[in-house]
Parts: sequence; structure tokens; C-alpha cells
Amino acid sequence: MQRRDFLKVTLAGPALGRLPPEGEAHSRQEEAPTRLVVDLTVNGLAQRVEVDARATLLDTLRHRLGLTGTKKGCDHGQCGACTVLIGGRRVLSCLTLVAAVRKPATTIEGLEKEGVLHPVQQAFIDQDALQCGYCTPGQILSAIACIEEGHAETRAAIQEYMSGNLCRCAAYPHIFAAIEQARPLMLKG
Amino acid sequence: MRAFAYIRADSTDSALRGMGSPTQPDRLNPQVQYLAGGTLLLDLMKLEVLSPHQVIDINGLESEYGRIELTEGGLHLGALVRMSQAADDARVRRDYPVIAQSLAQAASAQIRNMASLGGNLLQRTRCTYFRDTSWQGCNKRQPGSGCAALNGPNRQHAVLGVSDQCISTYPGDFAQSLVALGATVETVGPTGRRSVDLEALYRDAQQPELETNLLPGELITGIRVPAGPWTRNSAYLKIRDRVSYEFALASAAVALDLSEGRVREARIALGGVSYRPWRAREAESVLKGQPLTQANATAAARAAFATARPRAQNAFKVELGQRTLVRALLQVAGQTS
Ligand SMILES: Cc1cc2nc3c(=O)[nH]c(=O)nc-3n(C[C@H](O)[C@H](O)[C@H](O)COP(=O)(O)OP(=O)(O)OC[C@H]3O[C@@H](n4cnc5c(N)ncnc54)[C@H](O)[C@@H]3O)c2cc1C
Ligand code: SF4
Ligand code: FES
Ligand code: FES
Repeated sequence: MQRRDFLKVTLAGPALGRLPPEGEAHSRQEEAPTRLVVDLTVNGLAQRVEVDARATLLDTLRHRLGLTGTKKGCDHGQCGACTVLIGGRRVLSCLTLVAAVRKPATTIEGLEKEGVLHPVQQAFIDQDALQCGYCTPGQILSAIACIEEGHAETRAAIQEYMSGNLCRCAAYPHIFAAIEQARPLMLKG
Repeated sequence: MRAFAYIRADSTDSALRGMGSPTQPDRLNPQVQYLAGGTLLLDLMKLEVLSPHQVIDINGLESEYGRIELTEGGLHLGALVRMSQAADDARVRRDYPVIAQSLAQAASAQIRNMASLGGNLLQRTRCTYFRDTSWQGCNKRQPGSGCAALNGPNRQHAVLGVSDQCISTYPGDFAQSLVALGATVETVGPTGRRSVDLEALYRDAQQPELETNLLPGELITGIRVPAGPWTRNSAYLKIRDRVSYEFALASAAVALDLSEGRVREARIALGGVSYRPWRAREAESVLKGQPLTQANATAAARAAFATARPRAQNAFKVELGQRTLVRALLQVAGQTS
């Protein structure tokens, strides 16, 4: 391994790596993968992982950190199964390079607090808002953000702002009902 | 996905320096790519339609290019403003509703949180032959290899601005609202800063592998939208196979300056039906000075599609596109009268 293959990525750190002298970037012969050390905060825990620069946040969560609650549906931004929160905002972890993550991430594993489920998790159970459950972690993270954004005031708004989370089992009416159940509880804090 | 080196740029200079000055830039598949939201880049890198050697993460420039500013002269949107940020901005929604609506109806809430306005302008067609490298015959991906969509499945394809080389559709929504309002794009590149008319940034279908007139390594820093009496009276109407989270089959961005029941100025751009974001000047001139009646709106829509060149499966877009424009015009006229 050449020394220049190692770049250290620190959260919200200064510029990373070193810029190549002019021209060098364009004369790469080898296809050697770039390895990076990435510092992440996931569900409040600081994590350091060495990854290939190509690694997505999704694959890193699942394969390196053992957090398999986040699901891979399409891997191309089309289904929402991989939704997580970064800095409190919902994003797709399949289209996020883990090296590019700058803020703390929250996954489905980080929602339960001292044995108590998050109101949205509880509402999904109460409303029977899942069948196979594959889309559910993404639905729940997306629903939390949807409520916090103020996009869950009406059924129509929920339908529109949850459209990025597909459910092959078509549990949609129950998912919408769960969001309606959880919203007042979340806003009460 | 092919291996690449990842670099974070913390200033405009370091971003441009990361680009270097390639002696023979490959404009088809650039060896160095900027990374903003990554929603297009990662997708196409996984498909190996794009395979850069180096990726320069420009999200560190957000403090510089992440602002929305409203002045008397117009609206200024930084290139790293996120789609959701502009769609939810109260000033944009009030004074430039066509822009806010075009963004709010695009993609999904998650993608809008990630995707930048600069990256949005540079999104690539969803033509399946372009995206699937195992399929042969795509001039856009492989110049000279032909266009399989001409006689293949082409329901999603364009009817305006097409050529025998390519009939793909520009898939975005936001660019239509900007083209209607006459926006310009600000860039910085190896040869300095410049400002380009957005409509002229998009090339025609004669050489489909080259989509824009951006220079290799040029960085989009912002978008300027001039103020006008029409910006408040505007709307974006998007028609698609499902009501949300879907690309347009036909769309219309409309902005009207109406006075005493007559159209002083109409600004119209079409999406979903055209090779590039399409300013419908013929329709604008039909309406100028006329009352906005159903008959005049229909005549304008007919003029907009006079040069349409439909293929086997997309002929419905000629009719659908016209109806979309008529409805958008009447809707904007109705909300202002
Ligand atoms: C499932 C799905 C559905 C979608 N639906 C819609 C839709 O309905 N309507 C719609 O409009 N869009 C839609 N999109 C497209 C989406 O809006 C774009 O992918 C997104 O806007 C691209 O922005 P980004 O910041 O993620 O770009 P990136 O992926 O980061 O970059 C895109 C390209 O632009 C270049 N680039 C980025 N920023 C700059 C800059 N400042 N200067 C120069 N070059 C730059 C990059 O190098 C790259 O080549 C959809 C996407 C997906 C995956
Ligand atoms: S329409 Fe354009 S993008 Fe699609 S196959 Fe033909 S050349 Fe390629
Ligand atoms: S796995 Fe990310 S959107 Fe489908
Ligand atoms: S519960 Fe099966 S995909 Fe949603």
C-alpha cells in the first residue's frame, strides 16, 4: 500500500487529503482502490472505519458496523428503503459516499430510548403499518423527518411527502394512519 | 463501480486545482467529477455510465454557495442550495412560485434534501439505452453507435428539439422554470468567471454526447433570475404516470404579466416533451397583446408543438403537452384575475 493511498477523513474537519499537482490526477495508470479512514458518529457513538472510497453509507452501516436495520432495496435512489437521518435530515444512504458524511447519522437502531420505542415505531405497531417489514426502517426514519419538517399536517401532505418510500406490500393507508397517530405525540415532545 | 480518488475541496481554488488542467479532456466521460448531492453521480457511477478517476467533494463550499438572496433586481440561488431549501423558502414561494413548484414536484423528499441546484441542472436523461451499458446503440453514451430508441421503446422520449441522432428527454423540472424566467448561470473555471444564459447552456441534439456548453472543469457557483412583473403570477404544472415521485410526461412552466385582461408578456417553457429545457417562444408571441381565453391558449399550445416530431410510442405527448400548457395558462390567468 502506498502512503498516498491513505486519506484521513474527519468529521467536519478541514480540507482533506492532498490535492495532486497539476496533471497527476489524469495520468492514473493503476485501478488500485483508494482506502480512507472515516470518522463517523452513528446513533451517538463515534466510529472509525477504514473503507474503500467507493463505499456508500448504506454498505458501511450494514457490512462494517453491523447495523443491518437499514435496508437495501434498489441501491439507486428509487425506493427509500435505505433512508437514514444525517444531521436530522432524511437522506438516502445508498447514494451517499460514507467519506462525504459530515454530520451525525441516525438509523433505526438509534430510535429506541431506554427500552421505550419512538412514538413513530410504536404507531407502526399499533396501526399494523407493515407486512413484510422490508421498507419499514426507511418508512419510520422518513416519517420522523416528515413530521419534523412540518409536512404531515394533512393526509394529502403525508401522501405527497412520503412518496419517496415505496412499499411493495402496499401498507400505505396504515403507514399514513401511523404518522397521524405519532405526530401529536412527537410535537408534544 | 470503478475505483476513484476522493478529495474534499474547502475553497473554490482547491476545487479548481483538483480539476487540474487535463491536456485532452474527455468530455464524454470526464475523468474528474465534482460531487454535490451525489444523487446523479453515484447512480451513474454504479451503472458505470460514468467512471471518473477522481471525485472532488464540493459540499465544503456550502457556506459560500449555499445561500438564497432576494433583491429588487431578482433572485440569486447558490449552486449548493438544496432543492428542498429553495422549494420551502417563503420568499421563493411568494415571488417565484414557478421555481418553488418545479422543485417541490421533483424527485422525493430525501432526494430533494440531498440534491443541489447546480447538480440538478446537470442531470442526465433517463433513457434506458443511455443508462444500461449492456445495451448497444446509444449515441449519447457511445458516439456513432446509433440510437436504439428511434425504433425501440420510446414512450418516454421527446417530440421537440429531437434529431436523428437522439430523441431523449431532458428529465428535470427546475431548469424549465428558470428557462421561462430567463435565468443565467454563474460559473468559475480555469479561465475565470463568467455568466451564461441558461437556455444557451444546453446544446441541441445534433451531437448528443455533448449536453452543455460548460467548459471542462467549470464549476457552477450560482443562478441569477431577473425580476419581472410576471414572476409572481407563475406556476409549474407537471403531468406524470403517478401523481408523485415520477418524472414528467409533459410539463409547463408559465409566467404571465396580465393587464386589463390582456397578456402583456408571457413566459413559457416545456418539459417532459423536449430534448432540452424548451422555451416556447412561438406560444409566447401568439399570446402577446391578446386576452387569455381558452381559444387563445389553445392556439398558443398548437404553435408550441408545430415542429413536434413524434415517434411510434410517444405521439400522445403532442396532445398531452398541448393540454398541459393550456391548463397551466388558464390556471395562472385564473389565479391572477
Ligand atoms: C429516483 C429519482 C427520481 C428523480 N426524480 C426527479 C424529478 O422528478 N425531477 C427532477 O428534476 N429530478 C429528478 N431526479 C434527479 C435529481 O433531481 C438529480 O439527480 C439531482 O438534482 C442532481 O443533483 P446533485 O447535487 O445530487 O448532483 P450530483 O450527483 O452531485 O452531480 C451531478 C452532476 O453535476 C456535476 N456537478 C454538481 N454540482 C456542480 C457544480 N456546482 N458545478 C459543476 N458541476 C457540478 C457533477 O460533477 C455531476 O456530473 C431524480 C433522481 C432520482 C434518483
Ligand atoms: S434517445 Fe439518445 S440517449 Fe436514448 S438511445 Fe437514443 S441516443 Fe441514446
Ligand atoms: S436502496 Fe436507497 S433508495 Fe432504494
Ligand atoms: S411492508 Fe413489505 S415492502 Fe412495505
